[in-house]
Amino acid sequence: MLQVIRASLVSTLFFTALLGVAYPLAVTGIAGIAFPAQAGGSLVHGKDGQVIGSSLLAQGFAKPEYFHPRPSAAGANGYDASGSSGSNLGPTNPALIERIGGAAKDLRAENGGAAVPGDAVTTSGSGLDPDISPENARMQAARIAKARGMAPAAVEQIIAANAEGRWLGVFGQPRLNVLRANLALDAAGAVAHP
Amino acid sequence: MNLPGWAEIALTLAITVAVAWPLGLYLARVWNGESTWLDAVLKPVERLVYAGCGVKPDKGQTWLSYALSFLAFSAASFVVLYLILRFQDLLPLNPQGFAGMTPHLAFNTAVSFVTNTNWQSYVPETTVSTFSQMAGLTSHNFLSAAAGIALAAVMARAFAANRANTLGDFWVDLTRISLYILLPISLVLALAFVGLGMPQTLLGHVDATTVEGGKQAIALFPVASQEAIKQLGTNGGGIFNANSAHPFENPNAITNLIEIVIMNALSLACVVAFGRTVLARREARAIVAVMVILVAAGASVIYAAESQVAPALYAAHTTPGANMEGKEVRFGAPSTAVWAATTTGASDGGVNGMHDSFMPLGGGMAMFLIQLGEIIPGGVGSGLYGMLVMALIAVFVAGLMVGRTPEYLGKKVESREIKLAMLSVLILPLAILGFTSVAAVLPVALKGLANPGAHGLSEILYAYSSATGNNGSAFAGLTANTPWWNTTLGIAMLLGRFAYAIPVLAIAGSLAAKPKLAATTGTFPTDGPLFIGLLIGVILIMGGLQFFPALALGPIVEHFQALQMVPKF
Repeated sequence: MLQVIRASLVSTLFFTALLGVAYPLAVTGIAGIAFPAQAGGSLVHGKDGQVIGSSLLAQGFAKPEYFHPRPSAAGANGYDASGSSGSNLGPTNPALIERIGGAAKDLRAENGGAAVPGDAVTTSGSGLDPDISPENARMQAARIAKARGMAPAAVEQIIAANAEGRWLGVFGQPRLNVLRANLALDAAGAVAHP
Repeated sequence: MNLPGWAEIALTLAITVAVAWPLGLYLARVWNGESTWLDAVLKPVERLVYAGCGVKPDKGQTWLSYALSFLAFSAASFVVLYLILRFQDLLPLNPQGFAGMTPHLAFNTAVSFVTNTNWQSYVPETTVSTFSQMAGLTSHNFLSAAAGIALAAVMARAFAANRANTLGDFWVDLTRISLYILLPISLVLALAFVGLGMPQTLLGHVDATTVEGGKQAIALFPVASQEAIKQLGTNGGGIFNANSAHPFENPNAITNLIEIVIMNALSLACVVAFGRTVLARREARAIVAVMVILVAAGASVIYAAESQVAPALYAAHTTPGANMEGKEVRFGAPSTAVWAATTTGASDGGVNGMHDSFMPLGGGMAMFLIQLGEIIPGGVGSGLYGMLVMALIAVFVAGLMVGRTPEYLGKKVESREIKLAMLSVLILPLAILGFTSVAAVLPVALKGLANPGAHGLSEILYAYSSATGNNGSAFAGLTANTPWWNTTLGIAMLLGRFAYAIPVLAIAGSLAAKPKLAATTGTFPTDGPLFIGLLIGVILIMGGLQFFPALALGPIVEHFQALQMVPKF
C-alpha cells in the first residue's frame, strides 16, 4: 500500500513537471522562434505600429463605410476577445426568433432591401467569427460604395480579391475575412470619413 | 446539403481510419513493451520514473492491485489539481490576476479533468490562470488519457492470456503511454498548430485599439500545446469558453480537419492495437466497422438536421441556408456536423459550434451518441473497453438464441462476466436518468436553464449524459457554476469513470484466468457482417430502450414544435 501511495505521488508530480511545465514551455520556446507572428496571436498592427486587432478575431465595425461582422454574443456589447460565447439560444426559443427578425429588418433598412443571408443575422459559436459569407459581403457592397464614394465595381473587386474558397475544394466554407477586407478598403484610398 | 459537404464528411472519416491503422500498430508495440525508435531518448526517462516510483516493471499486477493503483493515482491527481485550482492566486504565472476557484468549482473541475471528461462549468479566459492551464489542466489531459489507454491494454492482455493471474503493471502502462505515444505526437501537433495560426504565448493578454477606435482586450494563452493533447486524448476542455469554435483554438479548415481526425484516431488505434495483441485482426476490423458505421450515420443525421430551415431564419425571410446560429462561417453545417458526431461519439467533448443552438434533431443526435455509452469510437481506451463490454453482451444474446455457452475471442463468457458487464452498463441510465429526473423538479437546478420548454429539459438531460459519459460537451446555455450543478455533475463524472471501469477490470481478471480455447465449427463467428449487425443492434437497443422516453420529451417533441412553427410564418 505504501508503495502505491509513493508511486501515485511521485508519478503525479513528475508528470506535472514534464507534461504540464516542460512540454508547454518547450512548445512556446520553439514556436516563438519558428512562428512568432502566429504564436503571438496573429496580431495586426496599424501605421504607427500599435496593435489594432487580430486577423483571427472579429472586432466591432458599425460605420457604413466598412464591412460589418456577424452579430456577436461575446460579452455584454459583443466582440469581447476575453469572453468568447455563443448565444446558446435554442432553435424554438421565442427570444431567438424575435432577435433574428429584428436584425433582418435592420439590415434591410441599412442595405437598401438587399437579400439577407443567414450568417448576417445569426451569432457565431465564438462571438468572434472573423469571417462573413461572400453573400453577406455582397449584401453590404452598395452601402459601402455609397458611403465611400467608390464605384460599386471597386468594392466588388475587393470582395473577390479577399474571398477564400473551400480548402482543396472540399473542406470548410467560402468566406471573407472582415478585418482584412476593411483594411483593403482603406488602402484603396477612397476613404470618405470625416 | 451539397456534394462538397457530403464529401467532406466522408473524407474526414476515411482519413481518420487511415491514420488510426499505423498508429494502432505502434500503440501495440508500446503497450506490449516492445522496442521503438524513441527508445534511445526515452528509455532513461522511463527507468527514472520506475526508480522514483519504486516499481519493478516486470513483476505484473493482479486485476485488483491494478485497479487499486488506478484509483490511487486518480486520487493523487485529483488532490494535486484541486489544490492548484483552489490556490492559483498564490501560484506563479497568473498574469491575469485571477482569484482561486471556489471549493465546489475546484471540485467539479478537478474531477472533470481527472476523469477525462473536461466538463467546464466556468468561462476559462476569465477564471483559469496560465499556470493552472498548463501545470493543472494540460498535464491531466495527458494523464487521464494515458490511464484510459492503460485499461484498454489490460483488456487486450486478458483476452490474449491463457490462465494468467497478472495483467501488466499500471505504472508501466501509464509511463510508456504518456512518454512514447502522447508526448511525442502532441509535440509535433502543437508545433504544426502554431504554424497554422494558433497562439502559444505566456503573455496573458494584449490590448488593441480597433480600426473604429474601440478597445479590445485579446486573451492569449499557450493554446497550441493544450489543443494538441485536448484532441489527441479525447479530453475536449477548451482554453476558451467557445472551445474549438474560437478562432484561436481552431483557425481554419485545415486545423479543423486535423482536430477531428486526431480526436478519433487514437480511440480507433486502441482497437487496432487490441487486434494485434490478441491476434484477432479480423475481429478488430469488425469492431472498427461498427464504430465507423455508427459515427457516419450520426454525422449524416446532424448534417441533414442542420441544413433544415431554422424557424427563426424562416420567420425573418433570409435567403435559404443552413442553421448558422452558433456556427462559424469557416465551418458551416458539414464541418460542424462531422465534428459534433465525432466529439459526442468519441467522448471528446470539444465543440466547434454550439450544440445548444442546433436544430432539435441535430442536438438530439449528439446527445444520443453520448448515451450509447461513448463507444463509437469512444474515449481513448475507454471506448475500446466499453465496446468490448457490448461485444460480450452481444455474444451472450447470440448464445441465448442458440442455447450454447457463448465465447468471445477464445474465452468462455459466463455468468460472472455478464453480471459485471451489466453492472457497468447500468451505471449510465442510473446516473443520467436519476439525476435528470431530480434536477427537472428542483428549483435550485432549474434556475440555471437558458431556454424554456422542451429545450430546457434537453439542457438538463444533455448535461448529465455528458458528465456520466465523461464527454464534457454541453448545451452550454446552462449556467452550471452553482453548488448544485457542480456537485451533482461531479458525482456523475466519478460514477461514469470509476463505477464503469472497476467492473471492467474485474472482467479482465476473470477472463485472463480462463483457458484460451481454440475456435470450433460451433463457435459463433465474431468477425463478419452478421456479428457487425448484431453488435450494432445490441448497442442501439440498449441505448434506445433506456433513453428514448427521455429523448421523446426533449429533442423529439421540440422537433415537432419546430415543424409546426415553420409553415406558420
